[in-house]
Amino acid sequence: MSTVKLTVNGRAVSADVEDRTLLVHLLRDHLNLTGTHVGCDTSQCGACTVHVDGRAVKSCTMLAAQAAGSSVTTIEGIAKGDELHPMQAAFRDNHGLQCGFCTPGMIMSAIDIVHRYGGKLDEATVRHELEGNICRCTGYHNIVKAVLDAASRMKVAQAAE
Amino acid sequence: MYSTTYHRPSSVDEAVALFGKGKEAKYLAGGQTLIPVMKQRLASPSDVIDLARIKELVGVDVGGDTVTIKAATPHYDVASNAALQKALPALAHLASQIGDPAVRHRGTIGGSLANNDPAADYPSAVLALGATIKTNKRSIAADDFFKGLFATALEDGEIITAVVFPVPAKAGYAKFPHPASRFALTGVFVAKTKSGDVRVAATGASQSGVMRVAAIETALKANWSPGALANVTIPASGLMSDLHGSADYRANLIKVMAERAVTAAG
Repeated sequence: MSTVKLTVNGRAVSADVEDRTLLVHLLRDHLNLTGTHVGCDTSQCGACTVHVDGRAVKSCTMLAAQAAGSSVTTIEGIAKGDELHPMQAAFRDNHGLQCGFCTPGMIMSAIDIVHRYGGKLDEATVRHELEGNICRCTGYHNIVKAVLDAASRMKVAQAAE
Repeated sequence: MYSTTYHRPSSVDEAVALFGKGKEAKYLAGGQTLIPVMKQRLASPSDVIDLARIKELVGVDVGGDTVTIKAATPHYDVASNAALQKALPALAHLASQIGDPAVRHRGTIGGSLANNDPAADYPSAVLALGATIKTNKRSIAADDFFKGLFATALEDGEIITAVVFPVPAKAGYAKFPHPASRFALTGVFVAKTKSGDVRVAATGASQSGVMRVAAIETALKANWSPGALANVTIPASGLMSDLHGSADYRANLIKVMAERAVTAAG
């Protein structure tokens, strides 16, 4: 057992967990942040994607102990109160989800993509960059549309700041 | 996953000392292979020693004749390094094709080489470029490093600290990725050194891991162009055969990927 201290969604947290505990289980089982999903549990589907120190990672493929001292952002940490994050709003407006299971991971990956490309995105790039996130409902078409829509919204939001 | 004890040393020396104390210790870099393998209970280290936060193991140094990538540098940092994209674009491109973005944010070059998966991308670049693997004990030439499936020249407890690549005159990498895992069904790295030598390495193809491809080297040495490979035939003996592709299919892929790699190299 170790005490793992880290920042989650801007809040300092501390949890006593076994060293073999995965980050996703720390989030879901100890912090009750169940928006982050476990899909395949083999690092392929991306439903468990969160940001660790600003980078998208698969939280089923990282020990909680590895994240000690880091800042983690989950799907619960991106909206501003009742105001959805532009990526969440774009997924809703573009019908970028059906069952919604993959959506938290899709959104966390998509925000990371927009950050890395600074809004300079095209459809082919989005499709390539979403290779680590699997959706079995939508056929991806509206997800890609949502990411491109959000990229321009985030650019506008950034310019306004 | 079986129970284990996690350690986070702050230096290579401390990591080596911890390794010596553990009953069945393992080094953990990005963890993109080791953690899945531990989850499947195919590995059950008593201790995992995290190398990812050791500062002396992270960074990319681009010089005139060589490029040095420190062992715990994530693939994303290699792929997005502006100086490297200029000096050795084929290597930055290779790093950008490993796994998916989340995997590239965690996975490291040292972890990839120490694991030596027969379908990993980096071993092909290391072998084709004739890189040198630096460890906490010594320097190992690429030709002496890879010892077959998941086997390397590394001794128990030895840590890769950096990989030094000579900057080539020309180099290119092309792979046919497995559509789900993005591992190379076959990937080929071609390199022409500044002295005019040609070295070609294929990953994902051979039953014994990454390999040089003599027939393609000879053809490209005589004529560095994709067309030079038109009449080359790669023997299928010794190549992998599985549900994703037969040995004959992979033999042909080696040639096709080599042609694409030469085209990319220019």
